[in-house]
Amino acid sequence: MNIWLVMLFGGLITFLMRFSFIYLFGRFHIPETLRKALHYVPPAVLSAIIFPELFLQNQHLELSLGNHRLLAGLVAIITAYLTKNTLVTILVGMLALALLQLFL
Amino acid sequence: MRLTRVHVRVHKAKRVYLNHRESFWAGVRAEIPLLIGVFPFGMIYGALALNAGLSKLASQMMSSIVFAGSSQFVTAQLVHDAAPGFVIVLTIAVVNLRHMLYSASLAPYLASLSTPWKTLLSYLLTDEAYAPTIIQYERNGVQPFSHWFLFGAGLALWSTWQVSTAVGIFLGTAIPASWSLDFALPLTFIAMVVPVLKNRPAIASALSAGIVALVANSLSYRLGLIVAAIVGIAVGTFLEGRKSPKGTL
Repeated sequence: MNIWLVMLFGGLITFLMRFSFIYLFGRFHIPETLRKALHYVPPAVLSAIIFPELFLQNQHLELSLGNHRLLAGLVAIITAYLTKNTLVTILVGMLALALLQLFL
Repeated sequence: MRLTRVHVRVHKAKRVYLNHRESFWAGVRAEIPLLIGVFPFGMIYGALALNAGLSKLASQMMSSIVFAGSSQFVTAQLVHDAAPGFVIVLTIAVVNLRHMLYSASLAPYLASLSTPWKTLLSYLLTDEAYAPTIIQYERNGVQPFSHWFLFGAGLALWSTWQVSTAVGIFLGTAIPASWSLDFALPLTFIAMVVPVLKNRPAIASALSAGIVALVANSLSYRLGLIVAAIVGIAVGTFLEGRKSPKGTL
């Protein structure tokens, strides 16, 4: 995989999406269903990344207390819910992981 | 009492910017509160991209080539997981789809501009530049210099993003490898996703995508991620279509 090609294509696609309607104004409209669907991109994509990071160890489901990342992740979810603050969530989650690795 | 009323009226009145400089700086000023949140975010990105295995140059250049925060974090994660290039590009596309909404929303206000202006402003169109700009445009309508407002907001954000990335890369080299810094990436995603889980369709979307991602994890090329994202988006959209217009939760 060439990271530069990935960035070039990723950047080009991102630009074209930003440019699309500004450039083609008045020539077509976003269908209502697509507009709705776009709202679910963040929860769907991010959760699809988060779940394997928390639940899987060496490609296997790990639901024991030995899975420190899962426990620290749960602490982070609660922190995010209470504070709605990115930095605090990261710091508390990292601290939780460090403590779990030390003591469990 | 009278003072208060005058104050309110001033705030509601249309603000006419007399020249491009005034409009530009109004955009920069409107962006400043957002920059306070963007700076640490850019630093975290820089440090994590480096930690995920990207070179210093690639980590820095992604901030100007892609210039879209969450997709840059996702790219770092996928590079760390050694996902193939086409999956990463596809994921960047899905994560950045929302920019089409911003483009559609701002299009009527930018319709009269030349193609170079449209190109420049499209490149600068991020979540954080869109937010203050649409508020300003909806309040004041199209004015001769109103595109300079978006230019000011966008450029302020762009410069901050580049500098904060560089600071993050610089600090990232000083962080020992024994710290499980890679875990900060999923934590960042948790911090992003939890606040958007405001109703049942969103929660169902997140849970279904997550579960499918676990089940489909063995698919080659990390295609499980794409499958999971599509299922999650479909579940959320379907549930929202089913519920009554007034029912939120």
